[in-house]
Amino acid sequence: MSRPFPEAAREALENTQLRHNLRVATHTIRAKRNAVVSEVPDWEALRDRGARIKEAAMRHLDVHLEQLERSVTAAGGVVHWARDADEANATVARLVREAGSSEAIKVKSLATDEIGLNDALAREGITAHETDLAELIVQLGHDRQSHILVPAIHRNRAEIRELFRRELAGTEDLTDDPPALAEAARRHLRERFLSVGVGISGANFAVAETGTVCVVESEGNGRMCTTLPRVLITVMGIEKVLPRFADLGVMLQLLPRSSTGERMNPYTSLWTGVTAGDGPEAFHLVLLDAGRTDVLADSIGRQALHCIRCSACLNVCPVYERTGGHAYESTYPGPIGAILTPQLRGLESAPTLPWASSLCGACYEVCPVKIDIPSVLVHLRGRVVREAKGDGWRARIAGERLAMEAMARVFGSRRRYEAAQRAARAGAWPLSRDGKIERRLPGPMAGWTQARDLPAPKESFRDWWRRERA
Amino acid sequence: MSARDEILGRIRTALADVPADEPAAATLRPVDPAPGDVDRFAERAADYRATVVRVAAGEVASAVAAACERHDARRLVAPDGLPDDWAPEAAELLVDAPLDRDTVAGADGVLTTCALAIAETGTIVLDAGAGQGRRALTLLPDLHICVVPADRIVAGVPDAIARLAATRAPITFISGPSATSDIELNRVEGVHGPRRLEIIVAG
Repeated sequence: MSRPFPEAAREALENTQLRHNLRVATHTIRAKRNAVVSEVPDWEALRDRGARIKEAAMRHLDVHLEQLERSVTAAGGVVHWARDADEANATVARLVREAGSSEAIKVKSLATDEIGLNDALAREGITAHETDLAELIVQLGHDRQSHILVPAIHRNRAEIRELFRRELAGTEDLTDDPPALAEAARRHLRERFLSVGVGISGANFAVAETGTVCVVESEGNGRMCTTLPRVLITVMGIEKVLPRFADLGVMLQLLPRSSTGERMNPYTSLWTGVTAGDGPEAFHLVLLDAGRTDVLADSIGRQALHCIRCSACLNVCPVYERTGGHAYESTYPGPIGAILTPQLRGLESAPTLPWASSLCGACYEVCPVKIDIPSVLVHLRGRVVREAKGDGWRARIAGERLAMEAMARVFGSRRRYEAAQRAARAGAWPLSRDGKIERRLPGPMAGWTQARDLPAPKESFRDWWRRERA
Repeated sequence: MSARDEILGRIRTALADVPADEPAAATLRPVDPAPGDVDRFAERAADYRATVVRVAAGEVASAVAAACERHDARRLVAPDGLPDDWAPEAAELLVDAPLDRDTVAGADGVLTTCALAIAETGTIVLDAGAGQGRRALTLLPDLHICVVPADRIVAGVPDAIARLAATRAPITFISGPSATSDIELNRVEGVHGPRRLEIIVAG
């Protein structure tokens, strides 16, 4: 079980460097996304199509997975099924060993991060080299990802230079200029790309109709890992399947514009099984459940499986912008993480995440496949209250219900409401200083002033209205 | 029970609420690939900081020579099936017969054509057909010179996907040079793939 979100978030909120980086990152990507989305004349219609494609794919997932298996097999690939993380990790380890290798080069993949593949391989004596620049930074620093798209956004260039100088050979004179840092990573990884015999990737999409697997990326490390090794192993969550090849025509418009805010990402690789004389001689596709079928069983929550991992919802979320990804203690942070993690792992293991939101709805507005995240959050809150086993959280939620009931009584009558407002202002006066309430609110209200100052209200809206307009 | 049967069984149980006669895939309007605007393609490809030039069909060789000169490239990898009259005089072409990996990685650049290009996004698409070669050829050298015949430019992404529907060979969409924004969101051209992309639109 992970720490409650409020506890994990407190640590992040105290890190001013992180908050600064996150604010710059989320606002920059947001502006880029808005620009390229607004130039598409029928963006809303495109979102509708994306939503319909994913909905149909999930509602008939068994049919599509069976077809995907047939198509990949017919094209010379081998399909493996994994019920959980352990089974997937054991399968990959076995395939690497059978390829006669003790090393693998890896493309950034959320699914393999979710199942802890690198650590599992290390226990089997297999070294997995991350090749995405940000993943390399995270791996070298024994660190954790803080954003789906830019996982090392919490690190600044000086920190990255120190890390590279410590970990990479021949970098004594390295400067903190980003092109110089990228060049150091290029030199460090080039030799590995050319020599390691096994590549491991995730998948953005896999087409049932044709058996075509798709990876989108920017740096070229994805092309390297899926092209140069003799053996390619792709681990994909079962929810990544698309029924038809034509569906890519919609998804490849939605994903880059929503994700990096580009019309198209630099490289998109599509391959169908194996091709003689071009790329790997063997291709293995590992289909991963690991809780996805549990998500599918909840008819409201299952739309979380439509996610194409663009991270647009992170960049608009007022909670994510302040806490960053680490506070969610999951591969999947932000609004999508708040609905995906508790469902994948079981509600009891992350019962506070559905509350990590103000329900403002910005995530729903930007989601390229129209996942109604706020509705799922509310639904999951209800499930936590009904299902979560008795612990501190249950007691807290019961307390909250009593408070809400009392509030309903107060809101129910004008006389009681106004009396309560006057009492609150009188009560707030001893807590305020120079018109601000600083870190002083007591008891359950303490959260409001823990990380920011609250302006002490001078008069209520009702009093103002009476004075100005009566 | 095998993992396969167990997962498929769990899925069927989870989807008990889905009516049996519901269509299994979304119905999309069929796409009749529309030609793309050449100016728009050139402008959008240039947005990625690729170099884009437009020449008449008969002037490809001199445009390739000019690109080689800009990057001081003397030895170019060339896939099988490139038109003979595209070869620049000043550069040596190493035809992939196949070439070994070190030769490909050690060349100054690679010269190819593409299967099609997308105006809307400034993307070139390679599908291992004639004059494009296997994927490693356009990945290891630091310079990629791609000749785009103007009549292969389609309007948008769905048009490209419709054209590629029957292809089972590997397909690569390329939109500008390799890039990263992983360090403080500063865009850096060229991490692992070619750092320079020269596009010659012909005809």
